[in-house]
Amino acid sequence: MDQTLILWTIAGMAVVTFLPRLLPTLFLSGRNLRPVIVAWLRLVPPAVLAAMLVPSLLVREERFDMGGDNLFFWAALVAFAVAWKWKSLFATVVVGMGLVALGRYLGWGM
Amino acid sequence: MVECNKKGSAAAIAAGIRRALPIVLGYIPIGFAYGVLAGKSGLSDTNTLLMSLVVFAGSSQFIAVGLFASGTGPAAVILTTFVVNLRHMLMAASLAPFLSGWKKRHLTLFSFQLTDETFALHSAAASRLGECRLEALSLNMTAQLSWVVGTLFGIVASGLIDDVRPLGLDYALAAMFIGLLVGQCQNPVRVVTAIFSGGIATLLYLGGWHQFHIIAATVAGATLGLGVELWTRR
Repeated sequence: MDQTLILWTIAGMAVVTFLPRLLPTLFLSGRNLRPVIVAWLRLVPPAVLAAMLVPSLLVREERFDMGGDNLFFWAALVAFAVAWKWKSLFATVVVGMGLVALGRYLGWGM
Repeated sequence: MVECNKKGSAAAIAAGIRRALPIVLGYIPIGFAYGVLAGKSGLSDTNTLLMSLVVFAGSSQFIAVGLFASGTGPAAVILTTFVVNLRHMLMAASLAPFLSGWKKRHLTLFSFQLTDETFALHSAAASRLGECRLEALSLNMTAQLSWVVGTLFGIVASGLIDDVRPLGLDYALAAMFIGLLVGQCQNPVRVVTAIFSGGIATLLYLGGWHQFHIIAATVAGATLGLGVELWTRR
């Protein structure tokens, strides 16, 4: 892909990332939303994270896969335990990547 | 509780840097993975670094690199970025009431560097935000600096690494999502919401939705979760 086109795409990404971060702080300070809306908004972060994560663990080559050689899925189970026990993003990422690297080194999974 | 106004500027900046250290530990390796993958996916060094400077949103940067590599067009990349980062709007909205005394230029800088991780720290100490402006901005700046430094390391290493798979670098994004998701699951309703949303996203993805499954599953999952919350409260 052409680097100039990528540059303009990055500029577009910057705009659509920045505006949602900025507009609420500029225009929403001091206002109160209805409690049911606030309760819904609070559930969006876990929902969007799970929506991005789960398909990447359970789907391989367009098919549902929880088999023994799905390294991403099994490494995720350990990474979940690490994240829950130590509450550390660093430990979770290092253990997750380390397990996948180790699994491939041992020839387990893809 | 410490009153920030009584501290000097240097002390406030130092306090912000100190509070950002756990984020720095996470951002340097993930920024490194991003830098390596971007280089391997054909982005120039300048564009790779630029994205960390002007977008500064880890998950969407990984997703964009993957889309560039698969030849996806600009409009789809930008739209996906918008959907993936829309959650920051909700985070900004939840901090907004505590930022009422801030000047517009400070709000602008603060918002630009609002990520999942900086939000988690700010919302844990939200009542202090009004008077601890310099400390909050220093925390954010330290976080982005570490992201950029990690990216730079990755750009350098990208030329030295032939294949990212033996290092597990292609798993950095999933591992980061796991860490963030567990941090978000403080009560049973949130766990249920995540399970709904993850399950729906998987079904939609298997059904052939390869971009809109994220936003559709998010809206459906959060709505079902809200239903459970209202139902259990009665």
